[in-house]
Amino acid sequence: MTLTIIIILGVIMIAAAFGAIYFNKLLAAIVSAGVISLLASVIYLVLGSPDVAMTEATIGSGLTTIIFLFALNKVRKENKK
Amino acid sequence: MIRKIFVIFAIAGLIMMLLPLVVNFEYKDSLNELSSQYVRGSIDDLKSQNVVTSVIVSYRGLDTLGEVTVLFLATAGVGFLLKHKKNKNSLRKASELLQTSSSFLVALIILFGIYIFVHGHLTPGGGFQGGVIIASAFLLMILSDINLKFNHLILHLVESFSGAFYVVVGLIGLLLGIGFLNINIVPLGNFGQLFSAGAIPIVYSLIGLKVGAELTAILNTMGGEQ
Repeated sequence: MTLTIIIILGVIMIAAAFGAIYFNKLLAAIVSAGVISLLASVIYLVLGSPDVAMTEATIGSGLTTIIFLFALNKVRKENKK
Repeated sequence: MIRKIFVIFAIAGLIMMLLPLVVNFEYKDSLNELSSQYVRGSIDDLKSQNVVTSVIVSYRGLDTLGEVTVLFLATAGVGFLLKHKKNKNSLRKASELLQTSSSFLVALIILFGIYIFVHGHLTPGGGFQGGVIIASAFLLMILSDINLKFNHLILHLVESFSGAFYVVVGLIGLLLGIGFLNINIVPLGNFGQLFSAGAIPIVYSLIGLKVGAELTAILNTMGGEQ
């Protein structure tokens, strides 16, 4: 059962990783990179390490995505000028 | 064309490196000697319920101090490179829904972050996770109110005092002659209670405050510029 969950999540993670590279819109690429971290944190939780899962969920998928979005906002604003 | 060949070579190299880890992996029924030492020591010597926390704060305390230093340097770099410019209307005005719900949620999220790092030695979590959760509460404040200004002096004071006190806690152990960053400087208490595990709650509260202040400063420099 655990192995099935991990394989399904892993396949989605690989798909999201390809999405992060090949999406034309930067916003979609950033969100897709956040999805990888979120699913990785679920895998850590399934494997029985809640501490690492918490770190990955808060820092990897939460804070990093937000900082990328802020950076994207900044870059767009510079381009407009 | 050459680029693609390089990429294929790099992927093949990675597969060669990582494949033995998968092929040679075997489940073990018992812990090895070092891990069982940590698990038993965490319960008997440190009275800490969460083994991960006792490894991070006590057995590998010096590494944690280094990690905190790395985070401090990263924050200092971001603050140095991204100076505040006088830009107006960098973010769109927040909607009514976000404003109302954030004023309700911010206090609860901060409380949850404090719970995470104060209970670091009892339940999963700790200073780093709690600090990030606190920073996310401040992020909600930045997003909901575009005219919000954080007092940089207070952020810096919280950050530098908690960092300095962390080193002081380590130095007290050195003065008492039991070693740098030893958690036995306060009474250990009973296993499984809030005030137990020696200095672990103190150290993790300091780390939580430090990480929260640092990440709030980063978010403030990146997104909340007025």
